[in-house]
Amino acid sequence: MTANEPTPKEVKEQRLYANWGLTDEEYALIEKKILKRMPNYTETGLFAVMWSEHCSYKNSKPVLRKFPTSGPQVLQGPGEGAGIVDIGDGQAVVFKAESHNHPSAVEPYEGAATGVGGIIRDIFSMGARPIAILDSLRFGELDNEHTKYLLEEIVAGISGYGNCIGIPTVGGEVSFDSCYEGNPLVNAMCVGLIDHKDVQKGQAKGVGNLIMYVGAKTGRDGIHGATFASEEFTEGEEQQRSAVQVGDPFMEKLLLEACLELILEHQDILVGIQDMGAAGLVSSSAEMASKAGSGLILNLDEVPQRETNMTPYEMMLSESQERMLICVKKGHEAEVVELFKKYDLDAVNIGSVTEDASYRLYHHGKEVANLPVDALAEDAPVYNKPYTEPERIKEFAAMENFEPEITDGKETLLGLLRQPSIASKKSIYETYDAQVLTNTVVLPGSDAAVLRVRGTKKALAMTTDCNGRYLYLDPEVGGAIAVAEAARNIVASGGKPLAITDCLNYGSPDKPEVFWELWTSADGIAAACKELDTPVISGNVSLYNETDGKAIYPTPMIGMVGLINDLEHITTQDFKNIGDLIYLVGNTKADFNGSELQKMLLGKIEGKLMAFDLQAEKQNQALVLQAIQAGLVASAHDLSEGGLGVALAEAAFKNDLGVVVRVDFATSYLFSETQSRFILSVAPENQEEFEKIMGNSAELIGAVEFGGKIEIATADSAFKVTVKEAKQVWEEAIPCLMK
Amino acid sequence: MKFAVIVFPGSNCDRDMLWAVSEILGEEASYVRHDETSLAGFDGVLLPGGFSYGDYLRCGAISRFSNIMSEVIRFAEEGRPVFGTCNGFQVLTEAGLLPGALKRNDSLHFVCKTIQLKVVNNETAFTSEYRQNEIIRVPIAHGEGSYYCDEATLSKLKENHQIVFTYEGENPNGSIANIAGIVNEKGNVLVMMPHPERAVEELLGSADGLRFFQSMVKNYGKVTN
Repeated sequence: MTANEPTPKEVKEQRLYANWGLTDEEYALIEKKILKRMPNYTETGLFAVMWSEHCSYKNSKPVLRKFPTSGPQVLQGPGEGAGIVDIGDGQAVVFKAESHNHPSAVEPYEGAATGVGGIIRDIFSMGARPIAILDSLRFGELDNEHTKYLLEEIVAGISGYGNCIGIPTVGGEVSFDSCYEGNPLVNAMCVGLIDHKDVQKGQAKGVGNLIMYVGAKTGRDGIHGATFASEEFTEGEEQQRSAVQVGDPFMEKLLLEACLELILEHQDILVGIQDMGAAGLVSSSAEMASKAGSGLILNLDEVPQRETNMTPYEMMLSESQERMLICVKKGHEAEVVELFKKYDLDAVNIGSVTEDASYRLYHHGKEVANLPVDALAEDAPVYNKPYTEPERIKEFAAMENFEPEITDGKETLLGLLRQPSIASKKSIYETYDAQVLTNTVVLPGSDAAVLRVRGTKKALAMTTDCNGRYLYLDPEVGGAIAVAEAARNIVASGGKPLAITDCLNYGSPDKPEVFWELWTSADGIAAACKELDTPVISGNVSLYNETDGKAIYPTPMIGMVGLINDLEHITTQDFKNIGDLIYLVGNTKADFNGSELQKMLLGKIEGKLMAFDLQAEKQNQALVLQAIQAGLVASAHDLSEGGLGVALAEAAFKNDLGVVVRVDFATSYLFSETQSRFILSVAPENQEEFEKIMGNSAELIGAVEFGGKIEIATADSAFKVTVKEAKQVWEEAIPCLMK
Repeated sequence: MKFAVIVFPGSNCDRDMLWAVSEILGEEASYVRHDETSLAGFDGVLLPGGFSYGDYLRCGAISRFSNIMSEVIRFAEEGRPVFGTCNGFQVLTEAGLLPGALKRNDSLHFVCKTIQLKVVNNETAFTSEYRQNEIIRVPIAHGEGSYYCDEATLSKLKENHQIVFTYEGENPNGSIANIAGIVNEKGNVLVMMPHPERAVEELLGSADGLRFFQSMVKNYGKVTN
């Protein structure tokens, strides 16, 4: 034991474990059942992080079991650094998303930056070269200095890290609601490309093989970050900065290149590789051993340290960034050291694989921990939390449907274009290098980003989506819509949806009402994934997103990747040519509850969420994809927040083209958010063939015209607005609010 | 023509440069690491964009002391073609091959977008395939791309026709006299903030940068003679 550390008895009697998030029952389980002795200070710390929600998913495991995770396209489902999906020709796409909400709330620049750094490591630890980053961000309303500061710094952190390491930030989403004010969401997704033969696993096997530490040195930053992420915020406790890590993208660039060289050119000596992410050294090492059914001995004196007198507890729990743990065949240490030296990086042998299933740590010649490895990595208790439907759901069900009367179509459209969640995000995404690696065909601003796959005719479409307002009104339907909308974005870009990753952002699972949101939204997500054939291949769970007892909207961010078979099929949302016909795909109903229009008019959202038909969704998507693949579609845009009116304007903006549209419903319906809809533009010469494919599912509503005006006639009014004016409102809204 | 693409720790457009020159242009190209000491066998040198040494101290300030840089300087002094884009621009000004320096963008933000450039001197070994005053579309991606030099230097640059590219329509970073790219007095070292290597395929939005490299190939040999 290290001097000055509390004794095992003190840990128990003073309930020190409780400060680290372990409950009395969990401590008793460790003491009485697992160890049959009192754990020492270090051991208690190891259990506390490994059994945190962030590492063990102890509260969310029963929820995650609902998700479909397999399919013929899935090469690797959840459980490794990232999931992998086949894209043919011996190639695969690797992707995962991870939340960094808590660190970003406390230290926005570094919190966001290290969120990006962490997810990139997950991708290259699989052996893949990262090719793209997407970010899904949620903030409070832009009406106060603190939220503006958070937005500015979080965006700067993402741009600072991604631009420097040289991986393009190609897409994502940003939206605003007051529920995120004290608890912004920062979800980063990374996508990588790999050949099947290069896929790695995070495993430590083969008795006597070496455990090597590579990358940056270990400091005292981020200790107990995983535990911190598993607690809610309370006022006056905002000073948890020591739990936030500091990122160095330059170091990670070196680590990325060194690891890929090791993986691609020295596969014969590499047994396993894993990122040191949440819960750092303990998590990576215990998981690598547990997965392979091995034990481990680690000598902590060998761990590269950048601070003096670090204790075993500190070294094991540190979340210093830009580090990886690798398992190498014995006798090959020198090769690895030499390779990493080329990149000025440490590579140090810190231990070896053993045959017993124990996890032993040595420090200054003494054993400081000796635990069954599975107890750490696998045996955290799983809780079936009680859940109850929140009161609001019944209240919403009893309310009359919100059906606003809109008399001034123009002002309503401009008002919606000014809403920060709809307004142009150009001022944000222009600070991201979206083009480095020269694969980005469709840049930020369209429904999905598209990257070509060099040396093939293929391309990948990728997007993130979630409308938390819908989930607040109805988690199950809202969850299904989140998946469906992501798929609609992929289809509108010309791709076939392949699979999803997710970040499940919710409040405290200890509240039955919050757990109900998690539980029922998972049903909706699972149903949509099954219907649309997009299994869940990776993801993470972020609970306790609460400030002063108030939870965020349930926000399961869906990250989706789709395959475009032929570069010719790549489609963007912008109208292309004067004279092209505009079609609306899907029915439009009085679906205003939870809409951007409702929020704008009432200042809140309420009521029963719209009905949602997954079958109709699937059918419309299939038809649109068929028409695109037949080469008949000039532009395609999915209808989401702000409905048809906003979608028409967005499609007109890029090329400053006018539109003339006539619909037979009321003006208000222009802003309804009925799901499963698209607008497509089609060249006149393709009209016949296009209509043959679409049948009754597409309705001709107008054409792209000269004159630079958006002219819309409805059953009860007509209005026009110049594209220039609408675009100006849309582009200036966020920069204006940020001033 | 055989190109060397210099790779510093933290370079991140090296792969794009190699792809543009070898796959699209169809010339020979290979990487040369910062710690190498020879450029023997190469006909042209390309310094790519990125964040060499993490932009620590000052963009390009550490890279200029790399082993390979004394070779790059010798190569340039022999009158052979050297091109630096973005971070390459920063490294070459730090190395003193060109006058002036690069400051943070006026907006204080990194900016990535495709902008318009005017070719104000098409009589260089890098721009002969463009028309004089032609407007081309090329992406930029930088946080510290605001070119600055004193009045005397600026007059000299103008006098010698060393200003090769200027921003057209909008100056994205606040550079003096809208300067986007300059060439040395001898005409064999050209630097610019925009990325012509990102504009070599219509699929990615513009192929206007291709003629930049085609000019280099076409004029190869003329500079040294």
